[in-house]
Formats: sequence, C-alpha cells, structure tokens
Amino acid sequence: MIAEGGLAALWIAAALALLQLAFGSFALRPGGEALMRTVRPVAVVQAIVAALAFLALIQLFLRTDLSVKLVAMNSHSMKPFIYKFAGTWGNHEGSMLLWVTVLAVAGGAVAAFERRLPERTLIATLAAQAAIGLGFYAFLLFSSNPFERLTLAPPEGQGLNPLLQDPGLAFHPPTLYFGYVGISIAFSFAVGALVTRDVGAGFARAMRPWILVAWIFLTLGITAGSYWAYYELGWGGWWFWDPVENASLMPWLAATALLHSVTVLATRDSLRAWTVMLAVVAFSMSMIGTFLVRSGILTSVHAFAVDPERGAFILVLLALYIGGALLLFATRVHTVKEGATFEPVSREGALVANNLLLSAILGIVFVGTLYPLGVEAVTGEKLSVGPPYFNSAAGPVALALVAIMAVGPLIRWRRDKWREVVNRVAVPLLLSAATLFLLILFAPGVGILPLLGLTFAAGTAAASLAPLWGRNMRRTPFFTWGMVIAHLGIAVSMAGMAAESAFTKETLIAARPGETATVGPWTIRFDAVEPIAGPNWTAIQARLTARRGDGEPFLLEPQARMFSSPPTETSEAAIATRLDGQLYTVLGKSDEQGRWQLRLWWKPFVTLIWFGGGYCGCRCWCSSSSWRRWRSAYTRRRTAPSDPR
Amino acid sequence: MKAKHQRLTLLVLAIGAVLGAVLLSMSALKDQAAYFYAPADVARKGAPLDRAVRIGGMVQEGSIQRAPDGVTIDFVVHDETEATIPVRFTGIVPDLFKENSGVVAEGRFVPGGLFMASEILAKHDENYMPPELAGDKHKSESLE
Repeated sequence: MIAEGGLAALWIAAALALLQLAFGSFALRPGGEALMRTVRPVAVVQAIVAALAFLALIQLFLRTDLSVKLVAMNSHSMKPFIYKFAGTWGNHEGSMLLWVTVLAVAGGAVAAFERRLPERTLIATLAAQAAIGLGFYAFLLFSSNPFERLTLAPPEGQGLNPLLQDPGLAFHPPTLYFGYVGISIAFSFAVGALVTRDVGAGFARAMRPWILVAWIFLTLGITAGSYWAYYELGWGGWWFWDPVENASLMPWLAATALLHSVTVLATRDSLRAWTVMLAVVAFSMSMIGTFLVRSGILTSVHAFAVDPERGAFILVLLALYIGGALLLFATRVHTVKEGATFEPVSREGALVANNLLLSAILGIVFVGTLYPLGVEAVTGEKLSVGPPYFNSAAGPVALALVAIMAVGPLIRWRRDKWREVVNRVAVPLLLSAATLFLLILFAPGVGILPLLGLTFAAGTAAASLAPLWGRNMRRTPFFTWGMVIAHLGIAVSMAGMAAESAFTKETLIAARPGETATVGPWTIRFDAVEPIAGPNWTAIQARLTARRGDGEPFLLEPQARMFSSPPTETSEAAIATRLDGQLYTVLGKSDEQGRWQLRLWWKPFVTLIWFGGGYCGCRCWCSSSSWRRWRSAYTRRRTAPSDPR
Repeated sequence: MKAKHQRLTLLVLAIGAVLGAVLLSMSALKDQAAYFYAPADVARKGAPLDRAVRIGGMVQEGSIQRAPDGVTIDFVVHDETEATIPVRFTGIVPDLFKENSGVVAEGRFVPGGLFMASEILAKHDENYMPPELAGDKHKSESLE
C-alpha cells in the first residue's frame, strides 16, 4: 500500500503544481485579485505532499519491499541500515524524486517565509516554480516512476553499487541537490520580476538570502563529493574534471557570480538586467547538469541507467524552460531600467570584473565539457577532454579571479582612488612576494601554476582579513563577516590545492610482507595480509606500520574488498590525517611470487582543500537571512533606523 | 558616463569575456583534446606521437605479462579486426581489468608503436562499457 500511496501523493503533488500555476497566472490578471491569497497555501501543501511521496519511497527501501521494481533492482535485505536509507536516492528514479521534492520544498519555503517581495511578484515567482515542478513531475510519472510494482517479487534484491555504499551517500547527494535545485528559486524570482516588471534593489534584497542558502548547500555538496571521490576511488586525486563533476561546478560558478551581482543590485541598484540574466543562466546550468548526469549520455558512477528516452525528455524540458526564460528576457529586457552608474575603480567595478572572470571560467568549463559530445554528434569522432585542458585554460583565469577577490573588498563603493587602493593592499602584496621568494629559494622545481597558487593564496588570505582591520568586531555587520570568512575559505582551499599538486610524493612498489618502503618523510613497514569479512563483503586487508622519523608508529589497513551483490571489487584506501597532510595507502594485486602492489602517497596540506571548502560553506549562515533579520530587528530597537552600508 | 553608455560598455565587456573564453577554449582544445583510437584506427591512420590519446578495445587472452618490478604490466589490446596495440602500464590496474574484457587507457604512443599508458580507466561495475566501445559491437552488454 505504501507504494500506491506514494504514487498517489506524487500525482496529487503534480495536480497541486498545476493548480499553483493556474491560480498564480489568473491572480495576476485584472480581476484575479481574489485568487491572490490562494497561491501561497497551495505551494506549501504541494511541498508537504511531495515530501510525503519521498518519505513513502524511503519507507519502501527501509523495509526492502521487493515487490517494488526500484527496490528490487537497487537494494538488498542484507544491506546495512544506513545504505538502505541513503540507497533511496542511489538510483535514477529515487534521485529524481529527491530532485523534485527539493524543488517543491524550496517553493514551499518561499511561499511560507518570503515577506519582503511585493505580493504580485511573489505570486509570479511561485507560478514559475510550479511550472518547473510540473515538467519534472511529468518526467517522473511518465518515464521514471519510482513506485512501479513487479508482478512477481524476486526472492532477493540486486543490491547497491558498492562504490556508493559509503556514508558519503547519505550526505553528498541531498546537500548537492539542495544547492543545485535551490538555484531554481533564483530563476523563479527572476522570471517573476520580469513578469511584473519589478527588477530593482528591493527585488535583489529579497532574492539574496535564498541564493546564499542555495550557494552554501552547493558549496558543501561539491566539497563533500570531492572528498568522497578522493578516499573512495583510491586514485589519490580530489578532482578529475570529469563531466559529472563539471556538471556541479558550472552551476556553482554561475551562482557565485549571481551572489556577487545581486549584492551590487541590492546595495547600489546597478547591474539589473545582468543579474536577471545570471539567474536564468545559473538554473540553466543546473538543468544542463541534470541532463548530462541523468540522461546516460555520459558513463559514470552517477549515471545509473542508460535510457535514451529519459535523456530526450529532460532535453525537451531543458529547451522549454531555458528557451521560455530567454524569450521572456528578450521581450521584457527593455522594461528593465538602467540602474545607477559607477566609476571603473570602485567596488562595483571589482564585482563586475569578478562576474566577467567567473563567466569566462564558466565558458571554458562549459566548452570543455560539451565539446566531446558536440564533436561526436557532428563528425562521429570520439575524444575526451581532461585535466591538461582545464588546468591550462581555466587556471590562469582563476588566478586573476582570486587576485580580484583579494583587492575587491578593499575598494570603496561608487568611486575610489588607485593610489589609496594600492596602499590598502600593500601588506598582502608584500606577503605574496615573500611567499614567492621563499618558495623559489627552498622549493625549486615547483610548477608555475602551483607556485602562483601558493603565492596568491598567501596574499589573498591576508587581504580577505583586511576588511576587519580597525573595526569593532562586535559591531561588524554579519554581511562583512560572511564575506571575510568565505574569501578566507577560498584562499585556504586554494593553498591546499596548490600544495597538493606541488609537494605530493608517490611510491609504487611490489613488496613481500616484512619489507619496508619510504614515501616523503614516512617509513612504512608491510607487516602482513589477512582476510577479513564485513556485513556484505569480504576483503583482503594489508597491515602497514607507518612511522615518521623517531615518531610513534601507527597502523594503516588498506583493503581490497569483494562485494557479493552485485559481485564487485573495490579498494578501500587507508588514510592517516596529520596536521600537515595525509598519508594515503592503497593495496593492489598480488603476483605469483607472493608480492603485493602497494601505492603510497604523502600529500602535504591536502586537507586544506576540503577544510577551506567546508569553512567557506559553513560561514554564510552568518550572513543569511535569519541572522540579518534578527540583527535588523535588534538594531531597530536599539537605535534610529540605519543602513549598514 | 550616462547610464545607457555604461550599460552598453558592460554588455560589450560581457560578450567579450565569454567570446574570449570560448576562443581560448577552442584553441586549447585543438592541442589538448585526447582523441580515441581503436586498434583499427591506429592500423589505418598510424599512431599519433605528438599528443596524449585514448585507446580502447578488448584485452587479448594470454597477453598480460608482469615485469620483474611487480608494478609494470604489458598487454595487448585488440578489436574485431586483425589490428592490435601493445600497451605498457605502471601502476595498480582497476579491479575489473582482466583478459577478454573491455579496457580504455590514456597515454602516449612512443616510436615503435608501443602505447605507454598513464592511466587505465576504472570500470565502475561489470556492466560498465566505455562509451567509446559501447557504440560498436558491445552495445547490448552495456544495457540492462
């Protein structure tokens, strides 16, 4: 009954989305005012019903109800509890249901909590959100029904891909989706404001907290995904420029640009049309990402099944929404008035530069990701685009972006003088120069990109703290805190990336038990191999004793695991984290002479990558809406009405 | 500067940035996209020596040989034609790398026709078929 209930909930949610779209559209017509008050409740109820459908699917997975096709195909009664739960979205249908649920919940949250937007614009926003939802409900109901029953229930399920059987599955997809799909709110706001001709500072102030929340989730989701890939795949890399990774990076780049341009719009009432355009682009990138990942056009751990029909369906939705939004933009852009002007040397100028550079990186990643698909479609020739392209094309632009990021917050709004700006960045500049000097002196042979990366990271870290200089910490607005923390997080993360690529040491050996190997400062003794069993796998486990100099020795146990259902082998790296980096060990194959392959890496400061990313993500709770609302209520009570900027 | 002029300037800058990025990308792609070669392609067009490429095919039965160092292997990749490519790889091969099974490797050809693989692409499960191969005779295997 649960499956039928879930399916019914999905149909009802779809019907409510249709109702929301219809009510919203009629409410905006002359004489439709009576319907105005119905739209918010419908959006909230739609969110609740969609969430119920998702809960029903979770329940089916927890019970391992094998009469449901999706459960039988992707679950197994012997699977540990957490993977039964998280396995709900470890497959195509389940993850699309999560997608739609997040979409509906985001719309419901706007309906429930957004009070600053003029009511008409809000109604238009909710109608746009419902229109997106409708397409994806149709996608689920007509081509990816998660609740489909089997006529004959099999005795046992087929199990979940072992690579996905990891705690990361519980965290990475939901956070990523909250970010990915949360950007739909920005899109709907933009569409709503275009419809009611209401693009301006007030609109931006209302939109900003929602973008910020989506951006935070997206940042955390990407960071988590990167760390997961790093330790689970056993390749020692943390970013592979895989098309699926790019699919999450592109919306992040667009959302980051949007976050900055919306700030300009909110504070200075400039960049109106551009901000609206970026909102459309950001969600388009989410949709394109969904298409790339879900259509099966790319083969990866994220593409659960290959089905051309589904790909075509998403492509149609993509064309419909992006095309519709661009058409609306083209016909309405003349109604968007020019905003305030500014001088080139100003905070606005720096933020425009930020936006241009982010757009350029987005273009580079976009072209590199879609080029193989395009070439194959046109000439039939097969090719792939990998790290050499992305690093050499996007790397220099990213460095320029980071430089702007360091200087930008130290420039005044409206207009500023070059000389004064240079004075303000003198300390960070000196720090950068000192870093460069020390690196060239003590670490010769470091590649140009990592070298500049470390140099820029040092300067940027210092510069990102500079806005706090001379301020009373307790009276510094949360907005400023958020910016400082996020920029510092980026600098820290970049330092980690550069250090990892500059200083990683690697050893690959075939060793017999009892032999030792060295990697970087570490001496590693290979003690033994032993068989070991887990809940739904068996493994060969190596015992390695690692020691640095005269330090305390400790044990590392990398495994080669064999999963029974589906029958798959994975290697589980053993990683030791120290303050100054990670020791990463992988067990390979054995040969006839009783030797085992061991791959050992010493990665100095690699942890900074995710620490910076996570820090950057966690920061912004400071500057998101609840805090600011609390703060403004607080200051209003305490003092006369004031504008922090 | 008037608002209208500023808007125009920004528009031109934005278009310039994106166009510049695309042009930069296209020129970088010319050098750095890794083309895919099946053994038949190498036999027909010759082995490209100046750039990184991907090769793919089936691992020939009985062709996997370990070097004495224990971490280097040699094997032969073939396809449905007579053509073959000898491959050398140093590292830990993915779990599902075995004889008579599909493989995709990234690396460079050296003079003499040997392919020095820098990476053997991992297969995520036994149903996985590299997209480059799935198009040919193995299509049915890649679908459920």
